[in-house]
Amino acid sequence: MDLTDVLIALLVVLAGFGLWLTGTALTIWGERRVVAKMQTRIGPNRVGPLGILQTLADGIKLFFKEDITPEAADKFTYYVAPMLSAVVAMLTFAVIPFGGTFEVGDREVTMQIWDPEIGLLWVLAMSSLSVYGIALGGWASGSKYPLLGGVRSSAQMISYELAMGLGLAAVFIWTGTLQVSEIVEAQSGTFFGFLPAWNIGPQIFAFVLFFVAAVAETQRPPFDLPEAEGELVAGFVTEYSGAKFAMFFLGEFMQMVTMSAVTVTVFFGGPNGPLFGLEGTLLGALLAHFYFLIKTVAFVFVFIWLRGTLPRFTYNRLMDLGWKVFLPLGLLWVMLTAAIVVAQETLAQDELLFGIGVVLAVLIALLLVSMLFERRGPEPEDEDAEPTDQSALPSAAETAREAAERRGAKQIEVDV
Amino acid sequence: MFNALRKGFGLTAKTMFRPAVTTEYPDVKRQVQPRFHGRHVLNRYPDGLEKCIGCELCAWACPADAIWVEGADNTPGARYSPGERYGAIYQINYLRCIFCGLCIEACPTRSLTMTHEYELSADRREDLIFTKDQLLAPLPEGAKPPPHTDEEVRARGITYYPGAQSQDPLATKEHSEETAAHRAMLDPALMQLSDVEYNHVERDRNIWTEYEEPQGELSDSEEGS
Ligand code: SF4
Ligand code: SF4
Repeated sequence: MDLTDVLIALLVVLAGFGLWLTGTALTIWGERRVVAKMQTRIGPNRVGPLGILQTLADGIKLFFKEDITPEAADKFTYYVAPMLSAVVAMLTFAVIPFGGTFEVGDREVTMQIWDPEIGLLWVLAMSSLSVYGIALGGWASGSKYPLLGGVRSSAQMISYELAMGLGLAAVFIWTGTLQVSEIVEAQSGTFFGFLPAWNIGPQIFAFVLFFVAAVAETQRPPFDLPEAEGELVAGFVTEYSGAKFAMFFLGEFMQMVTMSAVTVTVFFGGPNGPLFGLEGTLLGALLAHFYFLIKTVAFVFVFIWLRGTLPRFTYNRLMDLGWKVFLPLGLLWVMLTAAIVVAQETLAQDELLFGIGVVLAVLIALLLVSMLFERRGPEPEDEDAEPTDQSALPSAAETAREAAERRGAKQIEVDV
Repeated sequence: MFNALRKGFGLTAKTMFRPAVTTEYPDVKRQVQPRFHGRHVLNRYPDGLEKCIGCELCAWACPADAIWVEGADNTPGARYSPGERYGAIYQINYLRCIFCGLCIEACPTRSLTMTHEYELSADRREDLIFTKDQLLAPLPEGAKPPPHTDEEVRARGITYYPGAQSQDPLATKEHSEETAAHRAMLDPALMQLSDVEYNHVERDRNIWTEYEEPQGELSDSEEGS
């Protein structure tokens, strides 16, 4: 390890950091533009072309706003908390490969800041640390609303942490490694010769699990209950103002970018893509970088699309979804993945085929049985349903007329 | 469930390609409806005399108590309005006004009408109390600012009010010579009309255009959009 190595490492870190920061700034702007478009508005268009400098202007404004620190606040924690979420988002990004590999002299440079063997664990650890920002922020404000808001938000994030962990665990079991570079490596190549062999294929359920959990984890709509301005007086940020307030929400956007990058890396092959024989050159690395960007931007767009479409969840539904749906399903999926992997590794070809045949036979049998039940099922239900059918009921006017006739009264004019 | 999701996400996706409905307000101004209630204006006759006769009916009609009028007598040497009195002090407090238009309904001379100007804001409260000089319409072309003398006014041979509106719609030609001068002053083109037609025109004028006409600057600012 000599000076050149250090320099190269430094450059890679700078590139990653710069990409991540500009990405965040553009995401904030893009979200406002895209959501505006979805609501037939225009969105920011005052500062710079298409309002692209709006984020900068907002940042400047927030930094010069009056900044109030409550008397009762625990000063140190109060100041540290907003930075936490931003810092951990950045640390997560450190293990993401954001470009390809190329050779400088006899060195191989990978566009990835750090590639530890515990890559996926690192992602999980960092995303769980972001809970601290919120819990501490709520606690350090020295006021009850933020405290309650903080506890509530932590509960949400922890619930989804589990689902997220299970999603990643399934991938971990499937690829047999925690190292991010190897996970990306495992996704190169194709299925059936034309489909890219990304984890999204075999691990589609883990992907859904992970992505929904990531949305909840970053406190993005429809799971943006922590900030719930209307019903909670902004929850854990009640006592935050100016730049510190901005930091919290900057953190949210940074996490959104990071989570998109993680999703792309784990499920969509990261910077993989056709390189047209440019492997190992700088151009090839840039091309890979371009693939990575495109995929990440697509996911950021999905985040924004969710926000533009879905209304906010209520808290009980949020909790139900996390604990009663995602947790059991996630566990099942992990077990299933493990079973498949073990079967692949231990059984011989013909045994495997036999096993698949048995599973298929059982499935078909189940299907037939369920069809039989369905055939028989609806009939008694139909008889029950008949009287409650509104159209079958005599109309109010008819009932009145009949009643009148029964009483022997002269015919009454009933206006319907 | 999937159908619902498809519908919801499809809707937002589709909407992205629709043109925005936003009006970029300070840059682009929309034309308001003809009867929009903007800030008031105190109109003048074409020769420059004020229409306001200081009757205070507008102030009485105002539910928000936003108008303050004090009338004073016209003298033969100093005439501000036709008739006995004129509005010597006239103020409207736009912090109270709710733009209901009851005052303009109450005004017997159609002195008080409303413009299309809606950009009313100020840094100080006092600036939102508009005084008579702010509310008065600009002088018509070629007119002399009041006070006029009675002699001047008599020489014009105009019956200001009751004006054309109070004429019998079936009045004969001979009958209406008196208003001819008045008519000529308003618009020579109206001379060609019969009396009945003229009365219609005059009524519409009063309702639609008369109060917009005198304010060259105001209507400029509206159309500047
Ligand atoms: S518009 Fe209504 S509130 Fe305003 S001054 Fe006239 S009567 Fe009063
Ligand atoms: S504006 Fe009209 S109602 Fe008000 S004092 Fe003048 S003439 Fe009377």
